[in-house]
Amino acid sequence: MYAQLVETGVKRLKTLEEMSEQERAFQEKIDAEIKIEPKNWMPDAYRQTLIRQISQHAHSEIVGMLPEGNWVTRAPSLKRKLQLMAKIQDEAGHGLYLYSAMETLGADRDEEVAKLHSGKAKYSSIFNYPTLNWADMGAVGWLVDGAAIVNQVVLQRTSYGPYSRAMIRICKEESFHQRQGYEILLTMMRHGTQAQKDMVQDAINRLWWPALMMFGPSDEHSPNSAQSMAWKIKRQSNDELRQRFIDQTVPQLELLGCTAPDPELKWNAERGHYDFGAIQWEEFYEVLKGNGPCNQERLATRRKAIEDGAWVRAAAVAHARKKHNKNAA
Amino acid sequence: MSEWTLFEVFVRSKHGLNHKHVGSVHAADAVMAIEHARELYTRRNEGVSLWVVPSALITASSPDEKDPLFDPAEDKVYRHASFYELPAEVGHM
Amino acid sequence: MQASMSCRPKWGICKMNQDLIQYLLRLGDSALIQGQRLCEWCGRAPALEEELALMNVGLDLVGQARNWLEYAAELANDGRDADHLAFRRDERAYRNLLLVEQPNGDFAVTVLKQFFYDAWHLAVLEGLTHSSDSRLQGIAAKAVKEVTYHLRRSSEWVERLGDGTEESHQRMLAAIPQLWRFTVELSDSDAVEQRLHAAGLIGDPQQIAAAWQQQVERTFDSATLPLPAPACHFYLSGRQGLHSEHLGLLLAEMQFLPRAYPDATW
Repeated sequence: MYAQLVETGVKRLKTLEEMSEQERAFQEKIDAEIKIEPKNWMPDAYRQTLIRQISQHAHSEIVGMLPEGNWVTRAPSLKRKLQLMAKIQDEAGHGLYLYSAMETLGADRDEEVAKLHSGKAKYSSIFNYPTLNWADMGAVGWLVDGAAIVNQVVLQRTSYGPYSRAMIRICKEESFHQRQGYEILLTMMRHGTQAQKDMVQDAINRLWWPALMMFGPSDEHSPNSAQSMAWKIKRQSNDELRQRFIDQTVPQLELLGCTAPDPELKWNAERGHYDFGAIQWEEFYEVLKGNGPCNQERLATRRKAIEDGAWVRAAAVAHARKKHNKNAA
Repeated sequence: MSEWTLFEVFVRSKHGLNHKHVGSVHAADAVMAIEHARELYTRRNEGVSLWVVPSALITASSPDEKDPLFDPAEDKVYRHASFYELPAEVGHM
Repeated sequence: MQASMSCRPKWGICKMNQDLIQYLLRLGDSALIQGQRLCEWCGRAPALEEELALMNVGLDLVGQARNWLEYAAELANDGRDADHLAFRRDERAYRNLLLVEQPNGDFAVTVLKQFFYDAWHLAVLEGLTHSSDSRLQGIAAKAVKEVTYHLRRSSEWVERLGDGTEESHQRMLAAIPQLWRFTVELSDSDAVEQRLHAAGLIGDPQQIAAAWQQQVERTFDSATLPLPAPACHFYLSGRQGLHSEHLGLLLAEMQFLPRAYPDATW
């Protein structure tokens, strides 16, 4: 998921009786699946949680361009270059749809981006891993976008109208991303040389566990989930989504002729799900804290882009003002 | 980008349809806003026409006024064609 | 494969084909290298909205490059396809304008480079929409719409930065001499282009040069930027494959995978 650990600031759910009249009316609307719109009354904690979640999601889209930017200048054919450019462009677009939804809550994009750049706001841990060979472009599309889609499909029903509509649009556009990624891998496995097949397995080995971590900590260590679920900002638990992702991904992995770096991964007929090994949560928390392999580089790149662009944005404003004054005169 | 203005974007998807609100963009002026809207909201052939409006210039009705504004329309059934019963012989009208 | 266009025994047609292949490489290589430079902006643009815009222009250009190179490959009919032309040729075989291989520099350099290229590109494509060759005409007709938009955007940015703040004006003033010397290629032509024009295949090089000059004058004027005297001819020539030092490094990066894994299928 692109927003893995969203603080709600709420320690315990209020019962309907404990709520004020406004809060109760709000909760009843949510329970009745009526979307909350920008001008509707909402509890401040709901607003703040949404701002945090949507901005995390948006930051993830934007930072997520960087691992792909690492290979877009080295795409191995004109077709692959075009596909990757279109995908990266979508990611910038999706970041913007999300910032736009966030701004309907009264948040300011600059302020939220500043929080990202200072390390205060989070983004998906996955983008702090390096992309080391071309197969990573396939594995990112297949596993990372795949995991994101599992989550985003559910978020289309999220309770806040603008967020839900952004998700619907994003899901529609993103359907090509995962297919594109898988096709890259399939081509390398079916028509490629041994060196290429090794690249694919290498990419899967490196990205498998980080992709599973995208869904966030398991439910028992996810103290904010209950409130987010009650508000229907979040619609399914981290573990449910992670299991769904694994169940749908393993057959695709087998079709590729590759393996996952998890000796405990096997079908459990009794549960009707795949069992899988323990996730290294220490690593996850370290990466989230800023100690992953690429955190420093990713943030430095984003900071530099916005800092270096300051004079450009200022010039555009100055020019617009001059033109406006000229027209008025 | 607080130094750039927030514009709301409306796209007409096909000739003959209304412009529909799709989201917002930041831009230094309206010309740039049209271009940003084009890049962001019409990458997949979604539009034949764009409007951009500074968000600050939009006045929205307040949800508190929902009842006085919209409820009175609820029981004016005579505004709808289905209210009028005509004999079948009249045919389609 | 258009067999009818491949080298026939009749010398005149064969020669014309060679000219056309050369010209298609020039068009395709310039679009590809300009697109490649735009890819380098990924994640680094001055605003998120510009991120999309730059990538959009890049997408258009790489797409056009593919069309030109495919056509060149068909005419050459020597077993190489468009990817082979893009990813296996050395810099001495590349035929792009010197302008587009120049490093991106700051946003002022990027904008000015794009503008000089767009102004030339549009004039070239407009000429090609009247080509007697239907394939050229078809590709150009689609590209001309894309490039009309590119020019609109880049000329607006030249105006914004030229007539924006003191800093942006200074940066534009600094960008001009960096790029101006490479514009000589945008207003001259060689025997290949003159023969193709005489045969009705491409637009009039003189008209293209004039259109470029006019566009630059107009935009520089509204951007409050001084117009330098026309650039003089100098030693290097993209048309002849005599490039600046920047192209080799750009190609080393762009061509890495197909070069390192020549038997691979991507």
